[in-house]
Amino acid sequence: MSTEVSNVEELAIKDYKYGFQTEIETDVIPKGLSEETVRAISLKKDEPEWMLEWRLKAFRHWLTITKENEPAWANISYPEVDFQDIIYYAAPKQKISLNSLDEVDPELLKTFEKLGISLQEQKRLTGVAVDAVFDSVSVTTTFKAELSKLGIIFCSMSEAVQEHPDLVKKYIGSVVPYTDNFYAALNSAVFSDGSFCYIPKGVRCPMELSTYFRINTSGTGQFERTLLIADEGGYVSYLEGCTAPMRDENQLHAAVVELVALDDATIKYSTVQNWYPGNSEGLGGIYNFVTKRGACRGKNSKITWTQVETGSAITWKYPSCILQGDNSVGEFYSVAVTNNRQQADTGTKMIHLGKNTRSTIVSKGISAGKSNNSYRGLVRVHKKAENARNFTQCDSLLIGDKCGAHTFPYIEVANKSAKVEHEATTSKIGEDQLFYLRQRGIAMEDAINMIVNGYCKDVFRELPMEFAVEAQKLLSISLEGSVG
Amino acid sequence: MLTVKDLYVRVEDKEILKGINLQVNRGEVHAIMGPNGSGKSTLANVIAGKEGYEITGGEVTLDGKDLLDMLPEERAREGVFLAFQYPVEIPGVSNASFLKTALNEIRKHKGLEELDAMHFLKFMKEKMKMVGIDDNLINRPVNQGFSGGEKKRNEIFQLQMLQPTLAVLDETDSGLDIDALKVVSHGVNLFRNKDNAVVVVTHYQRLLNYIVPDFVHVLVSGRIVKSGGKELALELEDKGYDWVTNTVPAAETV
Repeated sequence: MSTEVSNVEELAIKDYKYGFQTEIETDVIPKGLSEETVRAISLKKDEPEWMLEWRLKAFRHWLTITKENEPAWANISYPEVDFQDIIYYAAPKQKISLNSLDEVDPELLKTFEKLGISLQEQKRLTGVAVDAVFDSVSVTTTFKAELSKLGIIFCSMSEAVQEHPDLVKKYIGSVVPYTDNFYAALNSAVFSDGSFCYIPKGVRCPMELSTYFRINTSGTGQFERTLLIADEGGYVSYLEGCTAPMRDENQLHAAVVELVALDDATIKYSTVQNWYPGNSEGLGGIYNFVTKRGACRGKNSKITWTQVETGSAITWKYPSCILQGDNSVGEFYSVAVTNNRQQADTGTKMIHLGKNTRSTIVSKGISAGKSNNSYRGLVRVHKKAENARNFTQCDSLLIGDKCGAHTFPYIEVANKSAKVEHEATTSKIGEDQLFYLRQRGIAMEDAINMIVNGYCKDVFRELPMEFAVEAQKLLSISLEGSVG
Repeated sequence: MLTVKDLYVRVEDKEILKGINLQVNRGEVHAIMGPNGSGKSTLANVIAGKEGYEITGGEVTLDGKDLLDMLPEERAREGVFLAFQYPVEIPGVSNASFLKTALNEIRKHKGLEELDAMHFLKFMKEKMKMVGIDDNLINRPVNQGFSGGEKKRNEIFQLQMLQPTLAVLDETDSGLDIDALKVVSHGVNLFRNKDNAVVVVTHYQRLLNYIVPDFVHVLVSGRIVKSGGKELALELEDKGYDWVTNTVPAAETV
């Protein structure tokens, strides 16, 4: 069965190469990074002066931190990235209309087909609004008109810069300043597009909002920027999905996601990340170096990060919550799967500032093949954060004996009233469990999937229903051939 | 139906089974009795296909098909069921969804249509009633947090659900109080019919009061040293295993 499936996979990727790249002419800025590149991107997007200034400030800052300060503490290894060898802007020349979304991205469609969900059908059934980002630009955003009736703004970042400059100016960089880290600075200088969303006071967004990121053009880096604001009492559930075609080269994806929740607002942010992980020998794949952070600014606000990470050659990301408002709640649910030679160093930061703030971390790492999977998490309780609570559960599951799982919890507590709990387990898929399932007629690979899915249940439960199924199936695809 | 011929099995350097012969026909219940370490569980595991055993000689066939050549899941689909002595826990996987997958794999193999959720549920409800198992156990993750008795009852429930042709019960009585023992035995007796067979592996005669065997074999140090009818179990209970170990190892087997 597994050979049959992997053939289908190969086929899907072949189809992709022929079908897509020949059809779409791409507008590309030449490789390399300089102040000129930044200006060129800004010009392409016809940006106002303030945006360009911000980019340039970020770029100048980035220049001061290059090399020495490139993050090196993560438990990953990779050859030095040559930032002059990257295309920073690539856009399809023709804008594609919404109805031909599947024509635009046959591989994406194939992935969905393999998952048993047609993108079209899914949209019809569940009313998921999608912002599709290909390479550097947002191609289309669906359900815009319907959402705008409620005052919800859901559009590409480029459009937001033009149409809603006050909101963008007010919030961009307010959660992740360009001085935050090496990749955040780089992103701030060269970000090309991304999604923007604003939920007005007291509005509960009636549908899932979703962004689909796709790296297509060879040699491109994707630097998208997402900004999501839920005003007082607002609610939004947001899903982000990612894919990239199979290539022998490594491609860089350095995104920044900023979330702002004001008083009584709730943001659920779910990610199903399936960037191309490289082949079984570790050739190619995406470097996924992402800064995601949410600020619970208002009292009683809540931010939930749920992530299912199956792709990328290297994943480096720590979706975090700054719990500033009193009684605010931060949650992080994560499944990170690594197979073959993938490396993941992922986790979260929960920064407790306000009173009675609570955070929950549930991290499930699964390592197979020769991969390395690390959880890295920080729980920090500040002096003034009375009665802060944290619960962390951090589990690692090993498949086979050539992979690694690591846990790096950091706990810093400066207020005596805090209660911080940390639980960690490491287990192997037991021979006994496998034999038990196989003795009931279930084949080896299916048995592994069943055990792994059971293990991840606490996290899948947090995903929007439609995507929990997708996540489950993705998991089994990425673990294909991990045993025997 | 099940034929074990001159079976030799090693684990690492130790020879555990030393020439087992056993013929089990449809409609029969065989009990394999023996002291600890005699090789009873090894025999059960080898029939089911557990890894870690080296077959150094002999054959095991089911209706003429070579079981030793099959993967564990293939044997299960052919109709071999092992009720485990220590059923493992599978966190996060509900008993019901696990059984639905298992049942449909077996049905697929038999060329039957897979049951959809509704038909499966209906079928399951019937079996639950039959075995006396409640909703609570069905919706919980497989064996997780089950008491010893619940785990064994769950094994028998699975036996009823999957309807194998050959059921091997490995020390199903261990850790059961008398009430649980009765419930479990009742489930097995309901399962018995002229088209299937049961092999009961047990240390004690107690279980055989409830699941009455047609044949009893005494396994000592990897050999079947004595075979007989159900009265042999009583005799063993009375005289202890010393009685058979002291007699000359019998070459004759059923």
